[in-house]
Amino acid sequence: MKSLGIFRRSFAPWADPNAKPFISFRNVTKRFGDFTAVDNLSLDIYTREFFALLGGSGCGKSTLLRMLAGFEQPTSGEIMLDGQSLSGIPPYRRPVNMMFQSYALFPHMSVEKNIAFGLKQDGMPKTEIAERVAQMLKLVKLEAFAARKPHQLSGGQRQRVALARSLAKRPKVLLLDEPLGALDKKLREETQFELMDLQYELGLTFVVVTHDQEEAMTMSDRIAVMSHGRVIQVATPAEIYEAPNSRFVAEFIGDVNMIEGKVALEDGRSILRTAEGISVALPETLAEGQSVALAVRPEKLKVSRQQPEGAGVHAMRGEIWDIAYFGDMTVFHVKLPSGKIVKASSLNATRGVEDPFGYDEQIWVSFEPQAGIVLKG
Amino acid sequence: MQRAISAVTRRLVILIPYGWLLFFFLIPFLIVLRISMSTSAVAMPPYTPVFDWSEGWARIRSALSELSFDNYVWLAGDPLYLNAYLSSLWIALVSTALTLLIAYPMAYGMAKAPTTLRPTLVMLVILPFWTSFLIRVYAWIGILKPEGLFNQFLLSMGVIREPLIILNTNWAIYIGIVYCYLPFMVLPLYSALEKMDHSLTEAALDLGCTPIQAFWRVTFPLSLPGVIAGCLLVFIPAVGEFVIPDLLGGSETLMIGRTLWNEFNGNRDWPVSSAVAVVLLLLLVVPIMLFQTAQARAERAEREGR
Repeated sequence: MKSLGIFRRSFAPWADPNAKPFISFRNVTKRFGDFTAVDNLSLDIYTREFFALLGGSGCGKSTLLRMLAGFEQPTSGEIMLDGQSLSGIPPYRRPVNMMFQSYALFPHMSVEKNIAFGLKQDGMPKTEIAERVAQMLKLVKLEAFAARKPHQLSGGQRQRVALARSLAKRPKVLLLDEPLGALDKKLREETQFELMDLQYELGLTFVVVTHDQEEAMTMSDRIAVMSHGRVIQVATPAEIYEAPNSRFVAEFIGDVNMIEGKVALEDGRSILRTAEGISVALPETLAEGQSVALAVRPEKLKVSRQQPEGAGVHAMRGEIWDIAYFGDMTVFHVKLPSGKIVKASSLNATRGVEDPFGYDEQIWVSFEPQAGIVLKG
Repeated sequence: MQRAISAVTRRLVILIPYGWLLFFFLIPFLIVLRISMSTSAVAMPPYTPVFDWSEGWARIRSALSELSFDNYVWLAGDPLYLNAYLSSLWIALVSTALTLLIAYPMAYGMAKAPTTLRPTLVMLVILPFWTSFLIRVYAWIGILKPEGLFNQFLLSMGVIREPLIILNTNWAIYIGIVYCYLPFMVLPLYSALEKMDHSLTEAALDLGCTPIQAFWRVTFPLSLPGVIAGCLLVFIPAVGEFVIPDLLGGSETLMIGRTLWNEFNGNRDWPVSSAVAVVLLLLLVVPIMLFQTAQARAERAEREGR
């Protein structure tokens, strides 16, 4: 089996059966009246991990983070931090700090005072506070803005102050609620890498809540994809993308072609037959006639004029229905004889193309035997 | 053309409030100021000189020269007035402090109440205004007098044996002022607390504050504009309050509103009572204006500091 994704991860405590989780959610449920925000959820997060909770609004990701911070108490279940139960411990006695989505900077205090807030509260000596604040200002490159009030800063600068304030107390875990949500696209991309570098340098555990899949994919070691208060899949970004465990995950992350089919029996083994005449061997035995889907990512579909050759390559005839040109790549919408439209993307690796495809052209779309993943649910 | 018209309309719109202030504040004030510089007389009106425009410019000029600051000198010379001023300031100060102490928890509770409940609570706060002010003050006489509701309640509970003397003391004045001016304190406090971002409190808790510390370090400082507005709204009218001390206070209660009333109606000394009113105005308005200019300057300096 080839490894999924294109880079090697040396940090993978979740794969080590002897590693102790740093944060553990154990059968945690949270109800608000009739609404179940978090539903019997169990999850382990390890030291120094950059962990993302990803999902649409109302999926329970923020509630999970707020329970970790201590602003909400679980209705049932337990949250453990470093081997100790957090139940009954108020937010001000937890060794975690949070960066709020709105930043929640104190408007009546200067940048410096905002950062020093938590330290002063802990009764740290004045000289040490000054030292730590200077260090934090340097870390977020805001030395020149120490005396300003929050309303005199730009959005990006406020985000940095919020970060510095939440890091100043050197928490064991930093919780980030949509940390880049209020920034514009360009700044967001830059800041993603700064956050990653910071997390690595400080050796902290980051738990970040986000609805932005690209952000989660770029920054995190592992992602928990959530829906309706449950975790659907917890895995590395590459696993989430290349080996989603359900239709929900496959469709939530990136673009995907779902080629529907039914289970058939051939030589005593289960295979998947699709309406387009493709048959794929199934890794497990399934009931005959069961509906399953083959998920193929657009970049794994290839468009060609000649019928593709090669052992096990699946090929379908189709007609180019739409072409979306993005500059870096082109997405062909191909209409199959069954009426289904699949997307095939190709990288525009050269500036010129010898004989480009045109609208309504009859072509072949094909994919490698291992390119698709069979999804039941 | 269009633009010219809109510029004219804009001026007109601005003119309305300024006109209001001119006719109903500045001109009456100038009249009071001018009376305060006259001399009392048994006449109609009861002061001289009277400006009579029919007798020409020379007569006006001589009338102007008759104006003097004698009444102000008289005020400064008589300890009665100084004591009345000081006592008024003191009673207003105590009442304002008591009102703040009672109004803050109320406003805080209102701001923390479910959003659907808040309009009802605001309604309840302003509900007393639907009854006449005078009737409400009279009602307090019925409650506070020796054989009143409050004493009967305490007697029947066995807390006291003898009725408490509350009516006609300064305590009755405090109660009356606190009761009457409470909405003026609650509403600005509520509007300051209500718009506060709840995540600020959470951030304070997250950074190690207990809920009480979070209140004093974050919530209270951020509600200060509301506190100041509420205190001014209570303090200023309380200093010149006449009805409450007259109905609830004792004979020895000295308040400037009452002194003024006595000068005006009892002694028929319009010039002296006008002088009392002008001094009261200066005493209240000048510090507030200084405070506001200082605040505006600080804000400007902050904005330019960036």
